Amino acid sequence: MSRWLFVLPIVLFAGLIAAFGIGLTKDPSAIPSQLIDRPLPTFALPGLTADAPGLASHQLTGRPQLLNVFASWCAACPQEHPMLTRIAAEGITVNGIDWKDQPADGSAWLARLGNPYARVGSDPGARTGIDLGVTGVPETFVVDKRGRVRYKQIGPIDAEAWETVLKPMLAKLAAEA
Amino acid sequence: MRARLGWRLAPTPNPSLAGRGTRAPERLPSLFREGLVGASAASLLLLLAAPALAVLPSEQLSDPVLEARARDISRELRCVVCQNQSIDDSDAPLAHDLRVIVREQLRLGKSDEQAKQYLVSRYGTYVLLRPPLRPDTWLLWLGPFAALGLGGVGVFAYLRSRKGGAPVPLTDDEAARLDALIEQDSH
Repeated sequence: MSRWLFVLPIVLFAGLIAAFGIGLTKDPSAIPSQLIDRPLPTFALPGLTADAPGLASHQLTGRPQLLNVFASWCAACPQEHPMLTRIAAEGITVNGIDWKDQPADGSAWLARLGNPYARVGSDPGARTGIDLGVTGVPETFVVDKRGRVRYKQIGPIDAEAWETVLKPMLAKLAAEA
Repeated sequence: MRARLGWRLAPTPNPSLAGRGTRAPERLPSLFREGLVGASAASLLLLLAAPALAVLPSEQLSDPVLEARARDISRELRCVVCQNQSIDDSDAPLAHDLRVIVREQLRLGKSDEQAKQYLVSRYGTYVLLRPPLRPDTWLLWLGPFAALGLGGVGVFAYLRSRKGGAPVPLTDDEAARLDALIEQDSH
């Protein structure tokens, strides 16, 4: 009995170390999305230029697609850009929201790097991004056929995230009724 | 050691002052005292200075009651970019947007709780700097008390075991040995 009591603090301490160790592997900036399995909030954003089509939430239905939130001031977005171009080339519809950005800056950015987006909505006032629970750019939502959010990628999509998470998920959602 | 010596050598009297007549040495300490008073006054004033506000004048509501409520709510909401600051403290652009939203909700006649809920529904209970007491936060809220209780029980058990029970009376054998020792000592 008394020997067991001596071991108890060591066991508790080991448990604490394990809990903290697991905690250290988690990214504190990754705030879980409140939208998972819920429909996109309703929005209707103008395009980046007068003649460009805007983006409305009801357009994100019919087939599983991506909604990528970006900005011309965003440091990680140029890094993600080639990946989005590749995803669009693979036949996935990628929609964009230019968040907290002047439309002229956003369209200049796309003119320079190329435009992988089927549609881009301009959100200079940040409200749509806040409705989506965006904390920074880039963030990417996976939207299913019925316009519900199924997953949120925080930070740039790299080849690994695309191959192991997003691509299989989109394939699975395409097979859904 | 060397530094200390250097310090000692430094304040040698200035020979040029010594030749200036008798009044100079009197004036010097008084100047020094005035300087000290000035410095203390300056430090006191620094203590009184308000810290710079993240809240911009353009954000503030003209109604002081609503503005005070907005400040209170903002202090309870976490800045989702900087995370360990409230949106009231943060200079992050997104914190600014969220402060504006809180004020907008209040202007629409929403209660404090509803204004908070507006952001909770978008960012989760994560934005609350004081998380709600729910089954999944029981460990967070009650854990420290549980640890304190457990420690208390441990300390109590330890103290009790150290005190032990009533002293065990000596056996006849031990009594005989003790008597022999005392006998030996007294001789």
